This record gives sequence, structure tokens and C-alpha cells, in this order.
Amino acid sequence: MSNVPGELKYVSSHEWIRVEGDGTVTIGVTDHAQEALGDVVFVELPDMDAEVSAGDDAGVVESVKAASDIYAPVSGVVVAINEDLEDAPEMVNSDPYGDGWFFKLQLTDESELDDLLSADEYSAACEEE
Amino acid sequence: MGHKTPLYELHESMGGKLVDFGGWDMPLHYGSQLEEHNIVRQGAGMFDVSHMTIVDVSGQEARKYLQYLVANDVARLEIKGKALYTAMLNEQGGIIDDLIIYLMTDKGSSNEWYRLVVNCATREKDLAWMADRAIGFDVTLNEQPELAMVAVQGPKARASVAALLGGSREQAINELPVFQGFESEGWFIARTGYTGEDGLEIMVPDDEVAQFWSALAEAGVAPCGLGARDTLRLEAGMNLYGSDMTDAVTPLESGIAWSVAFEPADRQFVGREVLDQQKANGGYNKLVGLVLETRGVLRGHQRVIVDGVGEGEITSGTFSPTLGFSVALARVPAGTGAAAKVEMRGKEIDVRVVRPPFVRNGKKVFE
Repeated sequence: MSNVPGELKYVSSHEWIRVEGDGTVTIGVTDHAQEALGDVVFVELPDMDAEVSAGDDAGVVESVKAASDIYAPVSGVVVAINEDLEDAPEMVNSDPYGDGWFFKLQLTDESELDDLLSADEYSAACEEE
Repeated sequence: MGHKTPLYELHESMGGKLVDFGGWDMPLHYGSQLEEHNIVRQGAGMFDVSHMTIVDVSGQEARKYLQYLVANDVARLEIKGKALYTAMLNEQGGIIDDLIIYLMTDKGSSNEWYRLVVNCATREKDLAWMADRAIGFDVTLNEQPELAMVAVQGPKARASVAALLGGSREQAINELPVFQGFESEGWFIARTGYTGEDGLEIMVPDDEVAQFWSALAEAGVAPCGLGARDTLRLEAGMNLYGSDMTDAVTPLESGIAWSVAFEPADRQFVGREVLDQQKANGGYNKLVGLVLETRGVLRGHQRVIVDGVGEGEITSGTFSPTLGFSVALARVPAGTGAAAKVEMRGKEIDVRVVRPPFVRNGKKVFE
């Protein structure tokens, strides 16, 4: 069974969200998602300072097997991107909740955090798939 | 639940992720497809290919029958054990399947017989087609479902297997020429493969294969799944039946014209008239290699645009682990030159058109 850390938030499109407590969030894809994707070979990240709305395409992750969109789980402005993924996309597989993070957003509407799934809710959603 | 090979339990216990493949439960990978790919390019990996169909063809007219059945000419097989790659065509010249044929006896011996290895997904239609074409020939077709098959591939593959088996087999493997095999106590060991590396494909009786697989694993040969098999064969520029060729296209349109024996001109094989006509007329589509040296991965069915010439389609594409960028096979119009565009996720991306293969013996080979 895949790893679903209890302290993170999730969306059903398999992104995780860590609320940093300073008005920003860090976003990546879940262990379940990386396992389904298989070996990741390219990651396309959003531009710095780009404004995204919840549900927007915010990047692409390409594995040997398939290409998948990455969605912005909440609305905000991109304030950091993980440039290390350019040379080491395999970190998405090896450390999806750590070194394999994708980007950080400055939240525009903190109330959107209430719509995110808890670890238990996300696990249940995965089992229904 | 699909068919299971005799290695099914071992795949499970070794951590294989099992998926359906042509009705068989087969390992996709054992953790990382990329690592398995690289092991085969640098060391030795093993694949369970027991799902493939083995058919022995014997009888007084075995050679005559095969000369009619397939596009290549089995009369080219001069030495016992030698292998021939060919396609079996329908009356329209379309490819029913691609296969390997081994000459199992001395050429011209009174009991001359051949062993065919065909794809698993096409098994039923192949066997039915072969049986129909056999009418009127003094020939016997015998499927060999009790033979398992293991491909051991990579620069260290032959040495690993030779050392493990020892004795007369060790010597025979060390001296074995490329594209040739030999029989030994119910086994058939051939220097063939589907990876672009040196290696062996070994047919083993069902009840002996688990022990062989385990011994190979202990000797350091890594189990590899269908995922790596696909990226390896694509780098090697080898077609996958059902993707790069189907019964709607001919060998000339599939980059395997070299496997069609047009000489002697009086050999009538199924589909010949269409191929002769196509060759004479020219202008048919061709299968080429595409290379994308920037980010992104070419995928099957993406549209290929050739300015001023027309359009084609990618038949298989992947990220090439050996090269670090994406490569693909694509069917394009005859007049396609060195450049094309591929529609990827709504954008037209420039790609280079090259002649496959992309990788042989661990090294980039295209210009």
C-alpha cells in the first residue's frame, strides 16, 4: 500500500499540499501517483510568478509510460519551483513528499484549503479507483 | 485471471508488477523499468518470454510449405540451427505476424524440420492461418506449449549462462555464432534477442525453467519486465507487432523490406504479387525513426506533419533511457526528408527523421 502522510492535504487528482503556515503551500504528486506513473523522465513546471487558479494545468510529468498533467490544487502565485527536478526527475519516484516536490504557491484565497482532502479521505478515494 | 507461465510464482516472489499482456499475466517491471533497461545495456538481464508460441514444422514438404507461407526464403538457411527473421503475409501483402524460423536439422536431410516462434497476442489467428495454408502440403504442425522460454540479454549474458550451465553447453554457447542455435537435452539455446544487445533466447521444458531462472538470479542476472523489453527493442529499432506493423501494412511500409526474399523471382509466397506491384510502383509510406533531443516524450499515435509532403503517425514512441531523450518509430509519406513536426499536447514540435536503429550494443548508432 502506498504512503499517505497524515500531516499533508490532498486532491483526488493525486497532488499533495503541505500548508507551510506563512501563507504559502508546497505541492507535489503522491506516492500513489508516482507508483502508477512509473519512472519519471521529465517534469515541466509552471513559470515563476505565474498566477494559477485551482484546477488549472500547472505542469506536466512525463514517465517512460505516459504523460500526465499536474493541476494547481488551490489558487495562488508561483513563488518557487523545484529546479533540481530538471536534472533529477527520478526524485519524484524516490522521494515524492520530500526532494521530489514540484512548486510553491502564495495563496490567494486561504479558504480554499478547506476543500482539500485529509490523508484518510484521500486514501479512501484511491481505493475507490 | 490470465494464463500463467511456469515462472508466475517466481515473478510474484521477486516483486514483479504483473499485468495482462495478450491474455497472459506477465511482469511489467520488478521495481524500476529504467534500472532494468540499463542493466541489459551494461550487464545481463533476463525476461520470461514463455508466453510466445512455438510451433514445429516437419514433414516431407516442410521447406516447400514455409517457402510459400512466409516472405523470407527458408532455403537461405544453410546451417543446422540457423535463424531467419520473416513476416507471414495475407493475400493483400499485409503482415499477419512476424516470426523467427530455425532450421533444426542439417539442410536437405530426409527428416528436415523447422521451429517457428510467433507472437502470443496473434496465436489463434496465426495457427489458423498456418493450418489453412498447409492444406495440400505433406507437412505437420506441432505447437510446443510445454516449452518455456527465457531471454537472457546484455553484454554479460552469454558468459553468465555459459558459466552456469557448464560442460558441453558452456563450450557451445561460447562458440555460438550470431543468429544461430543448438539443441541440447530438450533445451534449445539460440543467440538471438529483441534488445539490440548480445544474448540468448533459451527454450526450456516447463518443469526445468523455474530452477534455471532461480539459478540465473543467484548468478546475478537481473529479472526484467515487459516495460524494459519495450524500451530496449525500440532503441534497437525493432518493430512491435500490433503497433509498428499490422495486417493493414506490408513489410515495405514497415522497415523490414530486407526480410523479404524477392529472389528467386519464381518463388510464389503469399502476398508476393502485392509486394512486387508496390515495389515497382514506389511511392509507398515508409517506417522511419524520429528523434526529439529536447524535453518531452514522443508517444504512439501522435500526428507527424511533414511540410509540403503530408502527414504520418508515430507507431511507437518512448523516452530512450540510453540516450536520455525521446525516440520513436513513425510511418510517414515516401517523400519525407530529414525534418518533421510532431503534434504533442496541442503544439507542433520539431523532430529529426533518422534511420533506425537508435542504439546497438549500448551505443548511439544513428547519424
